[in-house]
Amino acid sequence: MNNSDLAQILIRAVQEADSSERLVDAVQELAAASIEESVPTLIAALGYNNPGAAVAAVDGLIAIGEAAVSPLLELIDDYNYGARAWALRALAGIGDVRALDTLLEAAKTDFSLSVRRAAARGLGTLRWHQVPLEKVESVQTEVLEALLLISQDPEWVVRYAAVTSLETLAIAIAVTLPEQASQITNQLQQILDTDADLGVRTRVKFAQEKIQQQQHQEVFAPKRKLQDTEVEVPHRGGGRR
Amino acid sequence: MNSSPQKFEDLSATGDNADGGSLTVEQAIANLESEDLGLRFYAAWWLGRFRISEPAVVTGLIKALEDEADRTPEGGYPLRRNAARALGKLGDRQAVSPLIACLDCSDFYVREAAAQSLEMLGDPVCIPALIKLLAAGLHGEQLVSQQPDLSQPYEAILEALGTLRANEFTSLVKPFLEHPIELVQYAAARAMYQLTEEPAYGERLVKALAGERLQLRRAVLADLGAIGYLPAADAIAQTLAENSLKLISLKGLLEHQVNHTTPTTLSEDAIKVINLMDSLL
Repeated sequence: MNNSDLAQILIRAVQEADSSERLVDAVQELAAASIEESVPTLIAALGYNNPGAAVAAVDGLIAIGEAAVSPLLELIDDYNYGARAWALRALAGIGDVRALDTLLEAAKTDFSLSVRRAAARGLGTLRWHQVPLEKVESVQTEVLEALLLISQDPEWVVRYAAVTSLETLAIAIAVTLPEQASQITNQLQQILDTDADLGVRTRVKFAQEKIQQQQHQEVFAPKRKLQDTEVEVPHRGGGRR
Repeated sequence: MNSSPQKFEDLSATGDNADGGSLTVEQAIANLESEDLGLRFYAAWWLGRFRISEPAVVTGLIKALEDEADRTPEGGYPLRRNAARALGKLGDRQAVSPLIACLDCSDFYVREAAAQSLEMLGDPVCIPALIKLLAAGLHGEQLVSQQPDLSQPYEAILEALGTLRANEFTSLVKPFLEHPIELVQYAAARAMYQLTEEPAYGERLVKALAGERLQLRRAVLADLGAIGYLPAADAIAQTLAENSLKLISLKGLLEHQVNHTTPTTLSEDAIKVINLMDSLL
């Protein structure tokens, strides 16, 4: 049996599932097969109002990866915000920069907090190496501005997601855009000082720890080189003694 | 609890203008005494939703607890229900005595709302009145024989007793672990955990996360978040339910953990919960 036959059998099982549990099982099997042909069926499963099936479908779409991005962007459901949130979760998991505009718009303007949350998270999981080198800095600055805005969302969970993304962005741009990186650390400190939500403040502390660890590594690496050269100095100057 | 999951997570949460931003605080306060009963009902909800805890609001809502104008065909008091719910959210302890009086109201849903709000206000002075209601379901230290007994809002009462640490009444809470309604059992387990800190009661809830019905799993997620039962973290992340509800539940664990440890560094347990939360965003 080739992949296409297998896909057809598994897709039919999803379509014919007659109970919530069978649907979850069928979507899990289809997702595990990781066949490109199954993408539309997996996307449809995001809209069944069945969290088990949706989780499995998201996992399947992430596993398929880049091939699922265009269909996800095309088939994103403007009228079912449950499905839209799961679709954005899949896009966030894949991290493909083709989703950037969709993520930015959803994170800033969607009325559903679960959509904004998933999009805010997705802005921190983008694969920067896909962006042409000459554009990376301007795109990162654009994402930073969006995240600074989203980190003031009225919903704690959206702010929480924004903090996770500020953390990864701060680490990604620590060397290339130090000024913007310090904008992030300032914003994190401000959230820590003022946010009403203990969960968000706790996540900020964790982000600060991670960013500091990264800084230690960056400082530590060049220092070792320096020490190496210092060791050489007395060696070279040894003849003067 | 029977609304669709999207409604469940988004209805109460979209923020300022989608649902009622057209009201001003002054209008809402004035509307509490409007001729239009619909406007009164909406104003009471709105003031709670946006947590407008001005003295005039508290006074107006306390007055609304004795409303006679707004009645359902079955004799219920819709405005009183909304006023009782709102008062819980405003955090003003002036509401405690009037809410205790509501525990005697003929309307089940007013009693339920009052118990929930008394839990939120956190003043243990209401414990004897809650126990009086709870005792309606008991013969001594056993459940009354006619079951399921739906005469009182046991779920809300038990949750309040747990939160308010009514430790001297543990023996009256415990029988409700055997109540035929699962939601009442969970409320009892949640309260028993808060009263005794025995892991067995937390585990009872963890086991319920593997249950068949989504509606019950959602309720248990809320219970575990409320008690901050850390060993449930993985089970919460894995249960089949909306991520939004799992995130709220895990946030409860995280905050409980942070509140009960030294604030300087994050514990391993806290980091574990954070990582689970990140994976669900």
